Amino acid sequence: MSEQNKNSYPKPKLVPVPSTNIIPERDVDKRPILECRHLGIDFGGLTAVDDFNMAIGRTEIAGLIGPNGAGKTTVFNLLTKVYQPTRGTVMVDGRDTAGKTTIQLNHMGVARTFQNIRLFGNLTVEENVKVGLHEHTRYNALSGILRLPSYWKREREAHEKALELLSIFDMQDMANYQAGSLPYGAQRRLEIVRALATRPSLLLLDEPAAGMNPSETAELMNNIRKIRDTFQIAIMLIEHDMNLVMGVCEGICVLNFGRIIAKGTPDDIQSNPAVIEAYLGKQKEA
Amino acid sequence: MKKTINKTSLNGFINYGMVIAAYAVIQLLIGGKLISNSLQSLLVPACCYIVMTVSLNLTVGILGELSLGHAGFMSLGAFSGIVSSILLQDVIPSPLLRLAAAMVIGALAGALGGLVVGVPVLRLQGDYLAIVTLAFGQIIKNIIMVLYVGVDEKGLHMAVKADSFYLSDTGTVIIKGPMGAVGVTKLASFTAGFLLIMVTLLVVQNLVNSRAGRAIMALRDNRIAAESVGINVTKYKLMAFVISAALAGSAGALFGLNYSSTVASKFDFNASILVLVFVVLGGLGSIRGSIIAAALLYVLPELLRGFDIAEYRMLIYAIILILVMLITNNPAIQNFINAKFKKKRKGAVK
Amino acid sequence: MSFLNNVITGISLGSIYAIIALGYTMVYGIAKMLNFAHGDVIMVGGYICFFAMGRFHLPPVVGVLLAVAVCTALGIVIERLAYKPLRAAPSLAVLITAIGVSYFLQNSAQILWGAATKTFTPIVGTVGDSSLELIPGQLSISYVAILSIVCCVVVMIALTVFTGRTKMGKAMRACSEDKAAAQLMGINVDATISMTFAIGSALAAIAGVLMCSAYPVLSPTTGSMPGIRAFTAAVFGGIGSIPGALLGGVLLGIIETFGKAYISTDLSDAVVFAVLIVVLLVRPAGLMGKYVPEKV
Repeated sequence: MSEQNKNSYPKPKLVPVPSTNIIPERDVDKRPILECRHLGIDFGGLTAVDDFNMAIGRTEIAGLIGPNGAGKTTVFNLLTKVYQPTRGTVMVDGRDTAGKTTIQLNHMGVARTFQNIRLFGNLTVEENVKVGLHEHTRYNALSGILRLPSYWKREREAHEKALELLSIFDMQDMANYQAGSLPYGAQRRLEIVRALATRPSLLLLDEPAAGMNPSETAELMNNIRKIRDTFQIAIMLIEHDMNLVMGVCEGICVLNFGRIIAKGTPDDIQSNPAVIEAYLGKQKEA
Repeated sequence: MKKTINKTSLNGFINYGMVIAAYAVIQLLIGGKLISNSLQSLLVPACCYIVMTVSLNLTVGILGELSLGHAGFMSLGAFSGIVSSILLQDVIPSPLLRLAAAMVIGALAGALGGLVVGVPVLRLQGDYLAIVTLAFGQIIKNIIMVLYVGVDEKGLHMAVKADSFYLSDTGTVIIKGPMGAVGVTKLASFTAGFLLIMVTLLVVQNLVNSRAGRAIMALRDNRIAAESVGINVTKYKLMAFVISAALAGSAGALFGLNYSSTVASKFDFNASILVLVFVVLGGLGSIRGSIIAAALLYVLPELLRGFDIAEYRMLIYAIILILVMLITNNPAIQNFINAKFKKKRKGAVK
Repeated sequence: MSFLNNVITGISLGSIYAIIALGYTMVYGIAKMLNFAHGDVIMVGGYICFFAMGRFHLPPVVGVLLAVAVCTALGIVIERLAYKPLRAAPSLAVLITAIGVSYFLQNSAQILWGAATKTFTPIVGTVGDSSLELIPGQLSISYVAILSIVCCVVVMIALTVFTGRTKMGKAMRACSEDKAAAQLMGINVDATISMTFAIGSALAAIAGVLMCSAYPVLSPTTGSMPGIRAFTAAVFGGIGSIPGALLGGVLLGIIETFGKAYISTDLSDAVVFAVLIVVLLVRPAGLMGKYVPEKV
């Protein structure tokens, strides 16, 4: 991405939105977009996630961190119903998600990216975004086969919308590239665009900065804020890059062995002894 | 990075143009009596196999699910087309319209078959789905082999045993168990075959370049991601499967009405595999490849008749099939081709 | 009594299916591929034994051993030439290749040995004395049936001991769990996969001889239907599971025999495959298979 484009992004600034909603007790004025109560899942005898309680405000950027194997991706899989929870409830926008499928969760407003990139590799960049726009490109298969006027109209709209969404990451020039042939960083960004195309109210990003260099990560940080500000949505991200997490997240939730060990603002988390212990191990008694 | 220019509609038109040109040339050759009778007799079945191949490509190349029972849908179409053409004899006197009606009914029968198999079975994936389509093809063949259908003044009669099958003296037997359909009036024509190919191209190409087609290809590339963006997996799998089966049914009806008698064993596992070979050799997902592969490979043995290789035909197919798989999946060769020809390629559809 | 006769026929047929299904299941468990050509290895085994006994007048035991040796070699060669280069390829490509190999074997056999069916001489019993009378005139069991059941039991026990106790068997189980990890632990994955194909093909040869003894016709397509049925049995029992193959094989044999006896001889295929579809819908991974969801 060119230097000029980098400068055209808004300077990172703290946006005046509720910033500590990750702690449900403090979520006062608005109904949270996501609320988990006593969420848990067992695989066989193993408890992967247990008693997971959290809420995310409507325009909050929340972080989910923890050591490897803490159950972070499992939480995402629970939130998107890739796994059905063994216990507890997940409320999206005040609606219970019990018994819903991944597809229905997306229609309720939850979109996600994947730790191991899952693009539609043989389709073009634009087509990937158009698949994301599927629910908002309304015409039936028969009008598509017969090329009725509704087909042309909706396809043109989808094309324009796709390019507009790609421009968030300045990717509109790549629209006709095959998605599988993009460089790694661009693939991660395309996944985010595809998720955004479904018009989510909650965007889940699973290690969005993995494999990116520091300058790409810094740009991603800006873009995450930009997405939130533009679309006024909540974002929850799993990330190991602490600079990104501490820089962009307004509320952070720390997971270890499937349980929340700390919740709070970045400052709270950085000074929390339980978190330090989870990451660095217990200091030996002298 | 591979860049692709949006050539999809152009590609589609090239395919239409190719088929129209081939039709025109063949008509001229027929007019000038430049085509042998034996070759001419292959035109209709070749059209049917082109439609079979393009429609199977929809399932295998575009949806990405292996179907080993595609001939089963052809069989459904063939026998329902034959039965309906005889039943409609008095209602629709025009042979052309009757053929069209029979092909529509064949398509419906195929679609119904696709739905019956698809609804329960598309929950399965990969190898399991493949084996169930195989099983389904066998069941259809098996049932038609024992089926007796006939018509008399009291209406349609059906039985699964010869001894419980009665017709009045004026009745006509349509399907006679293991002997298949007999006494069929040949309604099929090359022009009908050409039109069926054109309709098939229209359906498949336009489907692929639409919202539904993108959803289908998204499922192929990554099911979990497709679900995560709200694509209804079952709906689109079923859609591809049913459309594919309907086209196969229609091709079956045309095929059945091209011969005075047809047996169910014509549509066995080997027939399904033959179509699969055409699809694979033409290139998974490539409509043009399917048309060319089916046309050439169906007619080729006839052209090579003088060379006494009929015996080796299937052996050669088998070797080519294996070699194509080994070559197209060899990373070194793939890289070589990409570097050499800077292949501009969109996995979707050519 | 006809009921008991059917049970016996079903179990002996099922035993043959089980032996074939074991080959499918072992290969699937380790190479994660459906070896469609497995059924045709059965046919090759049948022909080898046929020629050994018929043309060269060798004793049946030598014929069987020869069939086993040839099929074992054939299995290894097929794996090396056709499947090994595709180990990283999508499963669709491997499956299509396997179908290609199947056609290759069938058509080679047709060219080498002709399309006409041959009449196989059973390896046990004679025309006049082919079965053991349990209740004279009412209940009998053919020698081939006894041999089939015995073979199946022996093979099952041997395989269970082999995979559970021996070093090679443990290597096989390790490879079926995780090839990369197995390799890092010093297991020769290529050799292990070859071994699996060798065992599977040897079993196919035994099954081929038993099959041809029980139903004494031999043609280039002899293997394909039993192959597909045995594959159905493997899927039925849960592909990848050794006890599943036994269970699936025996159940399928019984269902087929009962279907022929009580429903319709002509519809036996339809019955068998309908059962398969129903089982897969209720238990998508078969009776004893494990359903492993894709990791997200």
